Amino acid sequence: MIRKISARLKVGVALLAILSQLAAGPAGAFCGFYVAKADAKLFNKSSKVVLSRDGNRTAITMASDYEGEPEEFAVVIPVPTFIERRQIGVVDTKTIDHLDAYTAPRLVEYHDDDPCRQILAYRSRLQFSAMPAPASVAVALRKGVTIEASYDVAEYDVLILSANESNGLVEWLTDNGYRIPNGAAAVLGGYIKQNMRFFVAKVNLERMKLMGNGYLRPLQVRYETAKFILPLRLGTVNAKGPQDLIVYALTRNGRVEAANYRTVKLPSGLDVPLFVKAEFGRFYRAMFDRAVERENMHAVFVEYAWDMGWCDPCASEPLSNKELVELGARWIGDDGDAPFRGGASAFVTRLHVRYDAKSFPEDIVFQETHDRENFQGRYVLRHPWQGEASCAAAAAYRAGLPARFASEASNLVDLTGWERREVEAQMANAGQPIKLPSPK
Amino acid sequence: MQRKKYFARTRCREKGDIAAFATRSMRLMTNESDICIGRPGSLNTGTDRASPGAVAIAESLVLRLLRFVWSDARHLQIMALASLLAINFAIIDFGARPASSTCALAACLFTQFFCSRLAHIPLDLRSPLITGLSLSLLLRAGEPWMHAAAGAIAISSKFLLRIEGKHVFNPAGFAIVVMLLLSSGAWISPGQWGASISFASLAGFLAIMVLHRARRTDIAIYFLLSHAALLCARAVWLGDPWAIPLHQLQNGSLLIFAFFMISDPRTSPDSSLGRFLFAFTVAALAHYLAFFMQMRPALYVALIALSPATLLIDRVLPAPRFAWTAPACKGVSP
Repeated sequence: MIRKISARLKVGVALLAILSQLAAGPAGAFCGFYVAKADAKLFNKSSKVVLSRDGNRTAITMASDYEGEPEEFAVVIPVPTFIERRQIGVVDTKTIDHLDAYTAPRLVEYHDDDPCRQILAYRSRLQFSAMPAPASVAVALRKGVTIEASYDVAEYDVLILSANESNGLVEWLTDNGYRIPNGAAAVLGGYIKQNMRFFVAKVNLERMKLMGNGYLRPLQVRYETAKFILPLRLGTVNAKGPQDLIVYALTRNGRVEAANYRTVKLPSGLDVPLFVKAEFGRFYRAMFDRAVERENMHAVFVEYAWDMGWCDPCASEPLSNKELVELGARWIGDDGDAPFRGGASAFVTRLHVRYDAKSFPEDIVFQETHDRENFQGRYVLRHPWQGEASCAAAAAYRAGLPARFASEASNLVDLTGWERREVEAQMANAGQPIKLPSPK
Repeated sequence: MQRKKYFARTRCREKGDIAAFATRSMRLMTNESDICIGRPGSLNTGTDRASPGAVAIAESLVLRLLRFVWSDARHLQIMALASLLAINFAIIDFGARPASSTCALAACLFTQFFCSRLAHIPLDLRSPLITGLSLSLLLRAGEPWMHAAAGAIAISSKFLLRIEGKHVFNPAGFAIVVMLLLSSGAWISPGQWGASISFASLAGFLAIMVLHRARRTDIAIYFLLSHAALLCARAVWLGDPWAIPLHQLQNGSLLIFAFFMISDPRTSPDSSLGRFLFAFTVAALAHYLAFFMQMRPALYVALIALSPATLLIDRVLPAPRFAWTAPACKGVSP
């Protein structure tokens, strides 16, 4: 009996659900593409990739909300160099989820103080975004395809392939039971000519049962290369519509940006109406849709860029040294359980890209900048004072509230494109009327 | 007849000098007499006896402004770059910051002033303005003082790094390469422009080039064609769709490089064939650095690395040396 893992996958990969909610429709794959034996349906709504980069040393960790039978899972990723066994590993899903939670766009809440007591007592509460084997090297030449290495990596069987030409590679993969989408050969050909290898992984069911995980852990590949790219193109071959990818870049010096596409910071720091609290997911989805539309889907969006040594406010517990090292930030030195508090420099950039073959025809080329300016996607709820207040200042405070609410409504309309009338109606229901009650 | 004479006098007295123009404009505004517009009333035959002077002054001011702008290709270039900077601040952010831009411009202008005094040459602020605007648009840095340093390096290189009376490196390109190599806080953001700005820039820069019939900006076209040909050849080799080279060409910083750096007439070869050879070589080296060495500032590094070769090219393919002139008086442009 083959155990279905999709339910666990949904829990395991899409814990921080806000951003996985963004891609509602079926889509293709991320930096590689999924291939399947037989005719199983493939879905890959959104993917998460952690890119750690120090000089030319790169670690790429890939997690996806793959839903399907485990024996049908397979991934093909172009890699710039030959990969040895010690350069491959698996990462605990919780570690990526932790990084996701730590960098997630956030809703912050403030409560107005008694206008009669001009003491600024500060209370804030965060609402997180939905919180929701022994290596055997075999060399076989067949159809111009060379199996440069074969590794057992936890629940995965990994092959490192090189090829002389794309049709041979496609034929080899097809003969070995992989379903290759039409049009993949042309894309593979470009990578072959650039002397790239192919990292092919599929699930070993026996080892998976022995390990008792029940779900697929993210794969990590580490290599040294001057190329700082994310090969998206393969993922667009079998895509049905645009797909979402979230990149968490861990670097030493500063923010990461795309060198061949616009990198745009999402709107942030704006006051929004209180009812957004109950539907932050819908709000964020609409805001992101609008931002994508504004840039004609040709931009990469920054959701978070911050020194890993501190946070303000922190959306979750800081990552430990161990977690950072696990994700590839090996330059920090210490791999203990203590929270990372600086010392060595580590900077995280969370990028969100919605792409398809038309809007992102070329693989994204990244570059690390020296920009250490902190940025976070942050939206603010301000609760009016609800207590007793009868001084003159309180009257002025209350008289000013409708204008404040109107401003919040305008912000929300601008951010999401929602109908103002609906926004105002929802605000009135939530106790934020924009018009002052008419005097009796 | 009188109008023709008036235009002729205006044209002949145009010296293309900002300060002189400003002074004359001020005198006009205060109704002081000026030799070129000394009889404003004669240009107006209307019946309103109170307004002819004002109308003529306004008319002549506009004409003078247009003629001044027309008198030197750099004026249009300054306007184009300043417009791009304004677009950056007001509409589409591609990374320039007011403090950094101010620092770059101030440093370029001050260094030009200082070096001109030391070298006992007349002060001309147009070239440093172009350099400052280019640095504002292309260079990114964590701290504004780095833009000031880049401005100072750029302009001083023009005075210090000279061979045979000609400066060797394009000032902005040289400063960018020096800052990227020597400082730990500078970078470039070539992807920040977006397609719409790139198309608008291309149209604007081409318009300036065509309208002004600038003799040496053919190198911009040579370079862009070479660069495009190499990108297309790469796409053919890899089997890529044409969308990829087209996307790679939609890059505003590439256009600034083509129209303001490699086409700098003071640092490009004198002969047309020399300019073509130079442009193609820079494009080829940049292509190699970008795609085989994965170097992001490949264009600037290629230009600066190959700039000394212009001296050799000028010896092998000699031609008259370029000097900025006012084309209105030389008959270069209408």
